Amino acid sequence: MFGIGKRDSTLLIIVAIMALFAPFILNPFPTGSAMAQFNAGYPDLMQRFVIFGIFAIGFNLLFGLTGYLSFGHAAFLGIGSYAVVWMYKLLDYNVIPGLFLAVIVSAIFALAIGFISLRRSGIYFSILTLAFAQMMFAISYSDLIGRFLGTTITNGETGLQVYTSDPQILIDDWESVPHLLGIVEMRSTYTLDAGAWSFDFNAGYYFCAVILLIMFYLAIRIFRSPFGMMLRAVKSNQQRMNYTGLNTRPYTLAAFVISGMYAGLAGGLLASMDPLAGAERMQWTASGEVVLMTILGGAGTLIGPVLGAGFIKYFENIFAKINDNVLHSWFAILPDGMEDFMVTIVHPFVGKGWNLTLGLLFMLVVIFLPGGLVEGGQRIGRVFRRRDRNAGSVEADAAKQRNPAAE
Amino acid sequence: MAILEVKNVGKRFGGLKALDNVNLSIAENTVHAIIGPNGAGKSTLLNCLIGKLIPDTGSVMFDGQSVLGRKPFEINQMGISRVFQTPEIFGDLTVMENMLISCFAKRDGAFELNALASVASQRDVIEKAEHMLEDMKLMDKRHMHAAAMSRGDKRRLEISMCLAQDPRLLLLDEPTAGMARADTNNTIDLLKQIKEERNITIAIIEHDMHVVFSLAERITVLAQGTPLVEDTPEKIKGHPKVREAYLGESQDAA
Repeated sequence: MFGIGKRDSTLLIIVAIMALFAPFILNPFPTGSAMAQFNAGYPDLMQRFVIFGIFAIGFNLLFGLTGYLSFGHAAFLGIGSYAVVWMYKLLDYNVIPGLFLAVIVSAIFALAIGFISLRRSGIYFSILTLAFAQMMFAISYSDLIGRFLGTTITNGETGLQVYTSDPQILIDDWESVPHLLGIVEMRSTYTLDAGAWSFDFNAGYYFCAVILLIMFYLAIRIFRSPFGMMLRAVKSNQQRMNYTGLNTRPYTLAAFVISGMYAGLAGGLLASMDPLAGAERMQWTASGEVVLMTILGGAGTLIGPVLGAGFIKYFENIFAKINDNVLHSWFAILPDGMEDFMVTIVHPFVGKGWNLTLGLLFMLVVIFLPGGLVEGGQRIGRVFRRRDRNAGSVEADAAKQRNPAAE
Repeated sequence: MAILEVKNVGKRFGGLKALDNVNLSIAENTVHAIIGPNGAGKSTLLNCLIGKLIPDTGSVMFDGQSVLGRKPFEINQMGISRVFQTPEIFGDLTVMENMLISCFAKRDGAFELNALASVASQRDVIEKAEHMLEDMKLMDKRHMHAAAMSRGDKRRLEISMCLAQDPRLLLLDEPTAGMARADTNNTIDLLKQIKEERNITIAIIEHDMHVVFSLAERITVLAQGTPLVEDTPEKIKGHPKVREAYLGESQDAA
């Protein structure tokens, strides 16, 4: 189907179904119940799942296939956001021109940064990309170039946003928030109440989800193409590549630019959901986050980065919300002394300490599942398959005993 | 006619003269061995031929064109393939994928952004790769990870990948180093077969005299960075200068 193999088609369809029904899947607990805080089906978080999924899919095309670990991919995320907000300021609130600009500008930056950084490999490549991203963060944070030119480009630490004094040459009266071609506003949400449950269907989320599916599909095509095979060859043995008449540099540069474009698109989508762009989006912690997502999910696998992105964003948003009051309500059934003791024990791992929990989980995954969550899934699958086969042979034996004449 | 012409090549590493005024010419469709004691400059010479090192002086001409200053992948595209002392293959990839990469490099050149077509749809390349693997008796191992194969099979795969590119000159750097006797004999047979079946020039650097004398048609003896003699295997066997180079100079013995 669509020029991809059967297994890949199945994977794509599963991802599409998950994305379509995400508002249900992520909201399993009734509103107002004690477990409701584990619900992740609200628009803002669902948008983040898919946007960072796109970011991680793109990062994986570089890191997972070629093994080149970029530590500065957040720079492209920031560029994408700035590009979209600039299009709001110059044209109108339609997101499409901004997203095109985001992809083009991030490709240009990726070409320049990649051209220089890819002269080195290994740790030196990582450091070069980190240095570039930090320089771009510093420039954006102080709007160095804007001030030099006597104008505004990134609007410094305030962040770039739309003002009524902006040109907005295509603006119509009804436009006040980002929308898709005038058809639907990104923030518009339909809430379905079903008994004690309530589910949010947000236009912005579904827009991002469609783009995620397209980008996921493209990633599958790249993985299965001769180009994808060459990228894996880069990771495996560059020496042999050179002596097989292959020039490794354009291969790595193309991978770098493609993954930079994915990152720019993700950044553009962030600004499509919320018409703001700030320099902190370029900071090294954001670059580190996408590395964690990819490794946690499974570098070099198709679905891994998406899983990793969802996992980390879930923790960041759900665990961070659990405060001492919530903990007290959980342990309320225990005697007073025990309750306080349990709250004290759990306290460092939730709320502001969510990073601690994430760090521990990350360590566990890297030590016990070097292939990430995908490897965990494969191991579980293998256990079940083995049990099935055993069960199958038992049944066959039983059948033989019942009907020896059939032999 | 000489396919490879090395003229007055010199290379120093600091105070060490690794190659000193080397002249060498390899005739088309021959097997030419370069032998010599450790430190004679064999590997340095080879590295100068394939663009890994650039000699300080002299010229290296392949089929009338200079190879100096060209990158390894360009030299490969000119028609020189190299087999390494320790087999260099794509260990994380399957045997079939290894062969496919070589066939894609032959068809598409140094770079091709073929990112949306599936590998499975490239019938011509797949057929060629399967044909090559069949020829080289690696077909039954095609789904194996290349790193999991025996030393001899890795060597066989590396040579097959080089041959898939139809090179005019095949350079082998101690192809049987570190191999068991059986693997060594297999490799000798493989090279003999290649020599018979293909229009190819083979240059081989080797320590193992058994390998050299089973294959070579011409032999150049290198010692201390200069060629001592060049002749047929029969003449080389009894040559006094060769004995001297290998067994030490007469004044040392005295």
